[in-house]
Amino acid sequence: MAVDHCSLEIEAGEICMIVGPSGCGKTTLLNAIAGFHDITSGRITMDGEVLCSDDKPKSTPGPDRIVVFQNGALFPWKSNLENVIFGPVMQGKLARKEAIEKGRGMMADAGLSGVEHNYPGEVSSGMRRRVEIVRALMNDPKALLLDEPYRALDSLTKSVMHEALLEIYYKNKVTIFFITHDLEEAIFLGHRVAIMTTRPCKPKKVLDVDIPHPRDYSVLTSKRFRELIEETNDAVHEEALKAFQAGEKEG
Amino acid sequence: MKKFLSSPAFWRGAASIVVFLVLWEIGARSKQWMSPEFFMPFKELLGAMGFKKDYLPWIGAVPAPSGVLKAWIAVLGQQGYWQSWYMSMFRVMGGFVAAMIVGIPFGLMLAVSRVAHGVGFPVFEVLRPIPPLAWVPASIIFWPTQELAIIFITFLGAFYTIVINVLGGARSIDVRYFQAAQSMGSSNWDIFRRVILPGTLPSIVVGSAVGMGITWEVVVAAEMISGGGSQQAGVGGGLGFFIWNSYVGGSYEQIVVGMISIGIAGFISSELLRWGGRYATPWLKAR
Repeated sequence: MAVDHCSLEIEAGEICMIVGPSGCGKTTLLNAIAGFHDITSGRITMDGEVLCSDDKPKSTPGPDRIVVFQNGALFPWKSNLENVIFGPVMQGKLARKEAIEKGRGMMADAGLSGVEHNYPGEVSSGMRRRVEIVRALMNDPKALLLDEPYRALDSLTKSVMHEALLEIYYKNKVTIFFITHDLEEAIFLGHRVAIMTTRPCKPKKVLDVDIPHPRDYSVLTSKRFRELIEETNDAVHEEALKAFQAGEKEG
Repeated sequence: MKKFLSSPAFWRGAASIVVFLVLWEIGARSKQWMSPEFFMPFKELLGAMGFKKDYLPWIGAVPAPSGVLKAWIAVLGQQGYWQSWYMSMFRVMGGFVAAMIVGIPFGLMLAVSRVAHGVGFPVFEVLRPIPPLAWVPASIIFWPTQELAIIFITFLGAFYTIVINVLGGARSIDVRYFQAAQSMGSSNWDIFRRVILPGTLPSIVVGSAVGMGITWEVVVAAEMISGGGSQQAGVGGGLGFFIWNSYVGGSYEQIVVGMISIGIAGFISSELLRWGGRYATPWLKAR
């Protein structure tokens, strides 16, 4: 079983970081929330509404929970702007013209002016990530579900992307459910960091990050940041070791 | 254009064609400067190995490019030659367009509907290995005119390739695109129109390009076998029949003219298709 006895409560408007080694079952958890996966038992609720339960094992995917995928899922055949306006136009929430206006505005806010009419394949991977986050936010979601979105980026681009994400977050207070295997990324971004056990995946330790928002990259060198890393490093390492050994057994 | 003419790529290509033509000309004229005795040792060797001595191929039997050019210039003024072009092009395009019109929806249907796949795919897979040329007799019997029979055979040449490519392309679309579209409130029809169709387009382009190549192979053979339709000998039977007729009539230069004409026709069709493909999938050039 990938996920078992997993109980986690996320406040509205909170950035909750889920940290665990590769293959620990984090993505399964995300898929269950998004509605891409059945659950065998248990319950997931959002804003008091039951998404899935024993009676309804699969939640219905919807614009209130938008996933930003690990390798990106921008439609390569649509321009960046066309990608961005996809959600509201599909849902009939905005007319095409209004959607374009809103999309342009949000892209400009995210530093994406000038690439509206490029295809995703024509811009850098960092830009693609931002376009995808803007596309997600265009749906006015209650929650963003990010599945290791920065995994494929180099560390310099990554640090820029972290600040960009926070900036977007400060402008559009949404709940963020962010999966990663990078402890520094987790502590830098999150209000809380849930360190998960490996298969079954459940919270092993939930850390409150008491570094005040808004944050910028100077946090990375602060004393408190280092202390928090030290506090949690062992727990993460222990799970990584377990996952590694389990992987060896399987292989 | 000026840039292209001065590029090394252009000159390499031009040089390659010139060298090829010169070697061919020299080879074809070997009759004039090589005595038949020159081949005797090779022929004896063949004989010693237990083969007939005549089994040695010789490029001297092939018409020279200069002769071919002369023959070509001669036929350029003949209506029959252009009629052959027209007929073959017409058959290729007819069969090819029909294959697209039938094949793309059929492939998409197999991809999206489990029922359609279950019902349609087994029959398709049994018929697919039958080479289009094996259909020639049956198709002549079945279709009221020989013209339709030939078009049907060219249709078969492209049809299977297009269907297989569409099916494979639609099935290999990344599941994340479906999930993303679904999350953002797309209906099944939206997903079909905005994800499956564009996601399959690159495969449609590839399948069409391969299918186009096959239609040219098939149309030429079909024209040779069926006698080029109901036209009187030599006129309007298509390029395949043009070649066959030249062979029967003993005009060997014209055979080569026909062959090169088919090469050019195939090239033009592929270029048109490539151009259309680029137009249909503009995002691919971004990579």
